[in-house]
Amino acid sequence: MMYKIVNKRSLIPGQTSMLVIEAPQVALKAEPGNFVMLRVHEQGERIPLTIADADPEAGTITLVFLVVGKTTAHLDSLEEGDSLQDVCGPLGRPTEIESRGTVVCVGGGTGVAAMHHIAKGHARAGNRVIAIVGARSESLLLFCDELAGFCPEVRIATDDGSRGHKGFVTQVLQRLIDEGEEIAEVVAVGPVPMMRAVAELTRPYGIKTTVSLNSIMVDGIGMCGACRCSVGGETRFACVDGPEFDGHEVDFDELWRRLGQFREQEAVSREHFHQCRCGESK
Amino acid sequence: MTQEQSAKKGRKIQPRVAMPEQPARERSGNFDEVALGYRREDALAETARCIQCKNPKCRKGCPVEIDIKGFIGRLQQDDLSGAHEIIRQYNSLPAVCGRVCPQESQCEGACVLAAKGEPVAIGRLERYVADTFAASGACEQLTGTRECTLDRPLRVACVGGGPAGLSCAGHLAALGVKVTVFEALHEVGGVLVYGIPRFRLPKAVVRREVEAMRALGVEFVTNWVAGRTFQLRELMEQGFDAVFIGVGAGLPRFLNVPGENLLGVYSANEYLTRVNLGRAFSFPDHDTPPPHTGRVVVVGGGNVAMDAARTALRLGADEVTILYRRTEAEMPARAEETHHALEEGVKLRCLCSPIAFNGDADMKLTSVTAQLMELGAPDESGRCRPVCVEGASEEIPADTAVIAVGTRPNPILLEATPELELNKWGYIQADPETGETSMPNVFAGGDIVTGAATVISAMGAGRRAAKTIAERFLG
Repeated sequence: MMYKIVNKRSLIPGQTSMLVIEAPQVALKAEPGNFVMLRVHEQGERIPLTIADADPEAGTITLVFLVVGKTTAHLDSLEEGDSLQDVCGPLGRPTEIESRGTVVCVGGGTGVAAMHHIAKGHARAGNRVIAIVGARSESLLLFCDELAGFCPEVRIATDDGSRGHKGFVTQVLQRLIDEGEEIAEVVAVGPVPMMRAVAELTRPYGIKTTVSLNSIMVDGIGMCGACRCSVGGETRFACVDGPEFDGHEVDFDELWRRLGQFREQEAVSREHFHQCRCGESK
Repeated sequence: MTQEQSAKKGRKIQPRVAMPEQPARERSGNFDEVALGYRREDALAETARCIQCKNPKCRKGCPVEIDIKGFIGRLQQDDLSGAHEIIRQYNSLPAVCGRVCPQESQCEGACVLAAKGEPVAIGRLERYVADTFAASGACEQLTGTRECTLDRPLRVACVGGGPAGLSCAGHLAALGVKVTVFEALHEVGGVLVYGIPRFRLPKAVVRREVEAMRALGVEFVTNWVAGRTFQLRELMEQGFDAVFIGVGAGLPRFLNVPGENLLGVYSANEYLTRVNLGRAFSFPDHDTPPPHTGRVVVVGGGNVAMDAARTALRLGADEVTILYRRTEAEMPARAEETHHALEEGVKLRCLCSPIAFNGDADMKLTSVTAQLMELGAPDESGRCRPVCVEGASEEIPADTAVIAVGTRPNPILLEATPELELNKWGYIQADPETGETSMPNVFAGGDIVTGAATVISAMGAGRRAAKTIAERFLG
C-alpha cells in the first residue's frame, strides 16, 4: 500500500509546503490534535507530522511541513502523483474540546497548520475562537484566510511590522487580556520559545493554556520513549500521553535540549542527501 | 540394554556437536549472524545422539509441544521434508524459534540426557531443518492451501504482527481460514524485526517465514494501529468472526531516578528500534540517526540488555558495561547470549543499581551513580532480593546509558476498548485454556496477557487461540 500525493502546494517557496495525501482510513479517523508518522521511501526514517486537515469523504489528509533537514527536503522534492511509502495514524490523543466560551488559538511558524485544525475543532464545538498568527514578515504568514473562515477575529503579528502588529504574538495576547476579554483557554502551537513565552504570559492570570509538543519520535505508538518530556515533574510520552499538555507544567528547557540530540547526525544526513541529488542531476 | 537404559545408568554420554560460529573478534565489528548453523554432517551426528525415549520429556518442555522425537526420528533416516512437515504442524516460525528460544529451560532442559551430560541440541536441529528446507526450495510443496469446509470462509483478524499473531495466523491459514494481520509498524514481525538484532536473527529469516504465510493466503495490513486507526468492535461489524489480540507489552519502563531524560539516555526499545527497524547501522544510507556510543552502560540482565550491549559494540562503542542488581546466577538472559556477550568483550558488573544519571551544562550524560547491593532473603519468585549496602555507591563514567528493565502495558488499545477486562497488573485477562477475553470471540495472547516473556510462549498462546477458534467455528 502506497500513499499518493494528490495535491502539492508550496506555501513559502523553498521553506514550507503543503501536501494532500490519499489515506482514507486515517482521514476517516483523524481528529484535531492528531498526527501521523510517515516514511518517504524504503530507506527512510519515520517522522511525525501533525494532521493540518482531514477530508473523510475525499479520503485525504493535509500535511504542512517546514523544510529543515534531509527527510523534509526529500518530501519537498516530490510532486503530485508521487507516493509516500508509509503513513501511519491518526496518532496521539485528540484535543480535548468542550463548549467553554472564548478560546484563543496562537500559532507561530509551521505550528499554525496544527493550530488551524485545533481551532476548527473548537469552532465546530460552538466556541468563539480568536486566532493569533505570528511570523517574521507578511510573506511568511500561513493559514490566515482559512482561519478567517471560522474565526470572528484573526489577529496578526509580524516581527518587522509588514502586517498587523509589529512584534510578537505574546504582545497581541497581552493586549487581548488587557482589553478584558474573558478567555476560557489559550492554545499555543509553534516553536518552543514561543510556546514557553505564551505559557509564562498566561500563568499569572491563571488562564488554562494548552501546548502541542514537537518532540523527537521514532515509532509514535509508545514503544520507545524517545519523545519523553517532563510535565508537572513526571515523565510522559508525547506520542501516547500527548502531544498536548498543560503549558504551565511543561519543562520547556528540557524539551528544547532533547530536540537537539541528533543535530550532528542530522547535518551529516542532509549533506549526504544533497550530494546524492547533485550526482543524479549530472 | 537400550541407549535409554544406559543413559539412565550413567554411561558416558557423547558431547553435543558444536555449532560453527563467527569468531568473537571478527563478529563484534559486524551485524552478520553469529551462530552459523549445522551442516548436514553436523546435524546427522547430533541427531544420532537422540535415544528416542519411549516417554519423551522434551516435548512437555516445549511450549507448543512439537513432536521432537518424531522429527528427530525422521532426521535419523535422513528424511528432511518429513521432519519439516512434523515441525510445521506445531510451529509456524521454526527458523526463528530454533534461534531465539531459551532451550536450556524448555525442551533441552527436559531432555533425559541433560541429567548426566549435554542434552540433544534440539534448537539447533529445528533450525537446521527449517533453514535447509527453505534453502532447497522445498517449502513450495507445503503452501498448497486446503479448501475451507464452510459455505462462507471463516474470517479472523490478528491484531499485531509479532510472534503471537503470526503463530495464530499461520495455524488458522493452514486450515483454510481467511486471516488478516493488522500491524501498527511498517514492517511485520514485532520484536523479531524491531527488537532482536540481526546477528542473532537475520531479518531474511523473518521475511521468509512471513512470505510462506502470505503464500498460505494470509493478508498483511501495515500502518494500522489498533485503538486509533480502527477499533476492535469495528472488526466484528465488518464481518470478522473472531479476533486475536497479540499487541505485545509495549511501553518501556524507566527507573524513575534523577537525570533519566538527559541526552544519551535511551530505553533499550529506542536503542534497538533505531538500529534494527531503522537500520541505523547503515546511516546515512538509511535515514534513521544511530544512537550514541562512547562509553556505554546498559542497565538490566535480560535478553534485551544483552542485545543492546552487543549492538552498542557493533556500532563502535569504546566500552560496554552491563549493570545488574543481582548476580550472574540470577540473570534472566539466555545462557548462550550472556556467554556470547562476554566473549565479545562486554563487561558485567553485578550487584549495583543506578540511582542517578549525571550530566553537564548541555544536559549531556557524563556518568551514572550506582548504588551497590548485596543479596538478601529470597522473595516470592524464589530469587534472592537485592538490598542496598548502606552508604556504598560508585560513580561510573558514561556517555550513553541504555535502560533495559522491562516493559508495561501499552495503553492505546486498552483505553479505546473499555470492554476488555484487565488483570491486576494492567494486562488483558484471558482464559488460560482457550485464550478468550471478556469479549466473546475476542482472544488474546503473548506479552499483552503475560507481560514480557519469550517468543515461543507468545507463539504457544497464538496456537492455543487458533485451536479454540478452529474447534468453535470449524467443528
